[in-house]
Amino acid sequence: MLAFILRRLVQAMIVMITVALIAFMLFQYVGDPVTFLLGQDVTPEESRALRAALGLDQPFVVQFWHFLANAAQGEFGFSLRQGVKVSTLIAERFPATIELALVAALLALVIGVPMGVYAALRRGSFLSQVFMTISLLGVSLPTFLIGILLILVFAVQLGWFPSFGRGEVVSIGGWTTGLLTAKGWHHITLPAVTLAIFQLTLIMRLVRAEMLEVLRTDYIKFARARGLTDRAVHFGHALKNTLVPVITITGLQLGGLIAFAIITETVFQWPGMGLLFIQAVNFADIPVMAAYLCLIALIFVVINLSVDLLYFVVDPRLRVDRAGGH
Amino acid sequence: MSLLRVEHLVVEFPGRRGTLRALDQVSFDIAPGEILGVVGESGAGKSLTGAAIIGLLEPPGHIAGGEIHLEGRRIDNLPPEQMRRIRGRKIGAIFQDPLTSLNPLYSIGRMLVETIMTHLPVSAAEARQRAIRLLKDTGIAAAAERIDHYPHQFSGGMRQRVVIALALAAEPQLIVADEPTTALDVSIQAQIIALLKRLCKERGAAVMLITHDMGVIAETCDRVAVMYAGRIAEIGPVHEIINQPAHPYTRGLMACIPDMTQERDLLHQIDGAMPRLTAIPPGCAFNPRCEQVFERCRQERPELLAAGPTRAACWLHASGGGEP
Ligand SMILES: Nc1ncnc2c1ncn2[C@@H]1O[C@H](COP(=O)(O)OP(=O)(O)O)[C@@H](O)[C@H]1O
Ligand code: SF4
Ligand SMILES: [Mg+2]
Repeated sequence: MLAFILRRLVQAMIVMITVALIAFMLFQYVGDPVTFLLGQDVTPEESRALRAALGLDQPFVVQFWHFLANAAQGEFGFSLRQGVKVSTLIAERFPATIELALVAALLALVIGVPMGVYAALRRGSFLSQVFMTISLLGVSLPTFLIGILLILVFAVQLGWFPSFGRGEVVSIGGWTTGLLTAKGWHHITLPAVTLAIFQLTLIMRLVRAEMLEVLRTDYIKFARARGLTDRAVHFGHALKNTLVPVITITGLQLGGLIAFAIITETVFQWPGMGLLFIQAVNFADIPVMAAYLCLIALIFVVINLSVDLLYFVVDPRLRVDRAGGH
Repeated sequence: MSLLRVEHLVVEFPGRRGTLRALDQVSFDIAPGEILGVVGESGAGKSLTGAAIIGLLEPPGHIAGGEIHLEGRRIDNLPPEQMRRIRGRKIGAIFQDPLTSLNPLYSIGRMLVETIMTHLPVSAAEARQRAIRLLKDTGIAAAAERIDHYPHQFSGGMRQRVVIALALAAEPQLIVADEPTTALDVSIQAQIIALLKRLCKERGAAVMLITHDMGVIAETCDRVAVMYAGRIAEIGPVHEIINQPAHPYTRGLMACIPDMTQERDLLHQIDGAMPRLTAIPPGCAFNPRCEQVFERCRQERPELLAAGPTRAACWLHASGGGEP
C-alpha cells in the first residue's frame, strides 16, 4: 500500500510541475513584462537593470525554478490589476468557492443517491420514469441556463431567494463563512442548486446503473436465498457495492465542481475564485491566472489522492496488509 | 410424511412470441434427511426446479401450475415476506460458483452473523459463536481468526465451504445444491461433496443435489430424478436407476457411466439433442431420439408409471405393456 501511495504521490508531483510549467509559460506568452511595466520609451540601461532585478536575464530553467519555489510557498507576485498580492486575493476568495462547491456536492449526493436507488429498485414505476426524464434535462441543459432560469423564477418572479452575492459572512480565523448565518444560507441556495443539478443527475444515473448491475450478481441472489430481508439485501449488500464506483466519480466531480464554479459564480456574482479568474482573464492579469491554474490543479490532485485512499477504506480487496491464506 | 412434495409443477416464461413452458408437470418428493440427486442435460430444467422451490424464479418466469408443499404446508403461493422467512430458515441454497456467491465487501463473519440473526432469536455474541462453530465444522482452520476475513482471502474450495456454512447457518431441513462443485477444481470436488453430505447427515437435513456427475450421484444419493426437456423421465432409488434403468433415456445415460472418467460428454452418445422448449414434440418428449419409439409415444404423453423399483414416464411400462 505504501508503494501505491508513493507511486501516486510521484504522479501527483508530475502533474503539478506540468501545470506549473503551463502557468509559467503564460508569462512568456503575454509579452515582455519590462515593456509592460516601463512603457515603450526607456533606455536600454534602465531596461537591463529592471531585467536583472526581476531575474529575467537568467536562463529559462533557472527562472522556472524560481517560479516553482515561489509557487510552492503560495507566492505568485502582485496582481497587475489590483496591485495586491495574489496570495491575498486568492485567500479572500477561496472560502466562497469551496463552500459553494461543498454544499453543491452534498446536495447532489444526498438527493442523487436516494433517487438513483429508487429508480433502480422500482424500475419501470411512474416516479422512476419521472426521475429519468428530469435527469435527462439536467444533463443536457447548460449550467448558465439553469442559473438564469432559477433566478428568473425564484428571485425575480417569486422573490424567495436573492440572486447575487454571499449575503452575511462571518470570519473565523481568516476563513469567511456564510454557513453560520441565515442570510448566508439564503444566498447560497440558488447558486448551490444550480451547480448541483448536473452532478445530481449524473450521480442519480450512475447509482441506478450500478445498482441494477449489482442486483444481478450471484452474491445478491445468494443473499436472497439466505432469506435476508429486502432491506438488508438492497441497502446493505447492494448499496455498499454500488457506492464504490460512485465514490470515485463523485470525488472526481468535486474537483470539477470547484473548477466549473466559474460559470455559476459569474451568473450569481458569487465572490469566489471563479469570478476572480474571469475578471483576471478580462484584464490579462497573468499572475492571478497562473495562481488560479496551479491552485485548481492542486485541488484536483489532492482530491484524486483522497479518493484513492478512500477506496482502501471501502474495498477490502485492495487492503493487502493482511495476508490471505490460500 | 415427506419433507418436500412437488406436484405437477409448471413453470412458464411469457414472452413476445408466446409462452415458453420450461417445466411441465414435474412431480417428486423428498423425505427428511434424504439426498435426492437430480440429473439431466443442460437446459433440462434442473436449476429452474430448484429456483421454483426456494421461490426465487426470475421474472417473468413464474409458477403457472401445480403445488409445492413443505412439511405438509403449501409454500408456492405464499406472500413474498412469508416465503422469505422460509428461505434460509427451512430451505437453504447453494449455487454453482463460490467465487461469485459471496459479497466481496462483507467479511464472512458478518454474512454468517447476519444470516443467523435474521432467522434465529440469538444475540450478536451468540450468533458469532455459532458462526465460528459452523466454520470449524466445515473444516476451516483457525475459524475464530478467519471469521473476520473477506472472501478474497480464501481459495475457491474454502469459499465453497463458507457458502455451505452460510446455507446451513439457520439450520434448514432442506438444502437445494445446484451443481455445487462444477466451478471447482476437480481435485477438491469430492471433498466438498463429502463435506456437504456429512454436515447434512449430522443435522438431519435433506439435500436436493443437482449435478452432471453420475459418479457423485452413485456415491452420494439415496434416490435419483432424471430430467428431460422440463419433465421428469424417471425417478427411483439410486441403485436401481443405475443398474436397471427403466426409461430408454436413463439407459442411454447410464451406458455412459464407465466412461465418465474419460472427459467425454457422453450424454450425447444418444443420437440427437434435447429439443428446445419451443420445439418439444407431442407425446413423449424423448420420442425423436428413442430407439423403442412406437405409435402411442407420438400421440399421448406418458405419466410417471410404476416400472419395477422405479417410476418412469414411458409407455413401455403401461400396465399390460404398451409395445405393439
Ligand atoms: N429467463 C428465462 N427466459 C426464458 N427461458 C428460460 C429462462 N431461464 C431458463 N429458461 C429455460 O428453461 C430451461 C431450463 O433451464 P435450467 O433450469 O437452467 O436448466 P438446467 O437443467 O441446465 O439447470 C432452459 O431450456 C432455458 O432455456
Ligand atoms: S414413451 Fe415411447 S418414445 Fe418415450 S421413452 Fe418410452 S418408448 Fe421411448
Ligand atoms: Mg443449471
